[in-house]
Amino acid sequence: MSLSDLFDFGPFFDNIDVILQGFWATIRLAALAGVFSLVIGTVLASFRVSPVPVLRAAGTGYVNIVRNTPLTLVLIMCSLGLNDTLGLTFSNDSGTTYYWWAVLGLSGYTGAFVCESLRSGINTVPIGQAEAARSIGLTFSQSLRTIILPQAFRAVIAPLGSVFIAMIKNTTVATAASYGEVVTVMKTLLDLPSFTSGAIPLFLGVAAGFLILVLPTGYFFGWLAKRTAVAR
Amino acid sequence: MSAGVLFDLPGPRARARNRIITVVASLLLLALVAVFVWRMDAKGQWAGELWSPFLKGEIWRNFILPGLKNTLGAAAVATVLALIFGALFGIGRLSDHWWIRVPCGVIVEFFRAMPLLILIFLAFFLPNKISPAIAESSFGTLQRVLVDNFFSIFGVEINAGTVTVPAFAAVVFGLVMYNGSVFAEIVRAGINAVPKGQAEAGYAIGLRKSGVLRRILLPQAVTVMMPAIVAQIVVLLKDTAIGVIIAYPELLKQAFREIPPNFHNNILQAGIVVGVIYIALNLAISRLAVWLERRSRGSHRTSAKTMGAGGAPPAPGMSATGTTTGAD
Repeated sequence: MSLSDLFDFGPFFDNIDVILQGFWATIRLAALAGVFSLVIGTVLASFRVSPVPVLRAAGTGYVNIVRNTPLTLVLIMCSLGLNDTLGLTFSNDSGTTYYWWAVLGLSGYTGAFVCESLRSGINTVPIGQAEAARSIGLTFSQSLRTIILPQAFRAVIAPLGSVFIAMIKNTTVATAASYGEVVTVMKTLLDLPSFTSGAIPLFLGVAAGFLILVLPTGYFFGWLAKRTAVAR
Repeated sequence: MSAGVLFDLPGPRARARNRIITVVASLLLLALVAVFVWRMDAKGQWAGELWSPFLKGEIWRNFILPGLKNTLGAAAVATVLALIFGALFGIGRLSDHWWIRVPCGVIVEFFRAMPLLILIFLAFFLPNKISPAIAESSFGTLQRVLVDNFFSIFGVEINAGTVTVPAFAAVVFGLVMYNGSVFAEIVRAGINAVPKGQAEAGYAIGLRKSGVLRRILLPQAVTVMMPAIVAQIVVLLKDTAIGVIIAYPELLKQAFREIPPNFHNNILQAGIVVGVIYIALNLAISRLAVWLERRSRGSHRTSAKTMGAGGAPPAPGMSATGTTTGAD
């Protein structure tokens, strides 16, 4: 084998179908986890500022525990612990049930970070806004829903963007939780003895794929942040 | 704005309502715990022989402490190298020469966009695939000299032209590249956060560019960057856990691959014990970050731009809010 064989893109394009399927699995995981983590994060953030001490304690406890645990541990505990050991399955099909556990694990983990971004966003809202909301007689949930959270969201779009970018990259860890995304495909291909000459193109292709997923996400959130910034 | 302004001091009706919410929420939380406990019981997970191993000294000596040592070792080596990488590339990105600035920028942006696992795979699987071809080519000698004289300190071996990278080196490589790029951004933001007049004053008293950087900008930037750097070290420490995927014998690998086969497949129990260790470790480091921030806040008007939300450059990793931990 010579040096030029190392850049033989033949094996890469022969397997382009499986690689694209891997990326599709990554996108499916990232998209759903993005939506779920936004919901979980918003609920957690409202817990953490609520007037009820039990809810505040529950929110704080959850965030502190989840943020200090490695994602790999969270995902493996979901798949091997809750699914395999405790038998909490979503379906009889193992692919489906591991997919949903990966979605739940990743959203539960990312949700804690969304919550913290949002809470720092709440801190950017001027006190007068909350005072005005109270003075016109809005209840806590009304002022949170109509006055505080909308402004907080607009303030944290850029940090939320980096949370989502990290989340997209984190989907790769789901391979440890038996979910077959693009890294799983990559590992399978690299294990083929016949794939020696395709290794460099494979890495280049997967790297390019992640650049395609991550860079536009960054630009989109940057653009959105500028567009929705609250003028004060 | 603190949360205290969000609601009035509760009156009688609000107090009654809060009591109801408290009771309902507590019941829901208890129900969740009860379901977990019941489910554990149904699957026989409370059995003593699954938990008692963690009370024995030998399991700590043989599995958990060596794992912890490997986790901390990889994290320590990676932190030092990543800080060097970050300082070099962070300052490089601020260079006046485009041929330094642009390559540094491209490298930092690329490694920040790559998933850590891909970087670890790159270091772990690629060398032994491509090294035989390189050994046969005119670069063969160069490859051997590089491995023998430099990469061997990370345990990299070359055998009949095939380069093998141990899991430790692969994990460290990934951590250094990713976290080093994040550190580079922290350094850049930290230096940019120093008021412009400081550098101008330096030039005015006749310092050269390197002098301004070394004696005026960096010392002020470092205090400001400290909390962000410590927060990123927590991220780095947590990220060592990805090493389990390439069988680096760190804490998680011990918990999921070594302990359960020997002790009745106690995956859940081992995971919980190791999780507590991680949480305690990271909370301690986060405390340090808070303490450092409080200390530096006394003498400085501003804190690093990377740490605040809103208006700051995209937060590295997931450490969106700064003072405590991040993610990934």
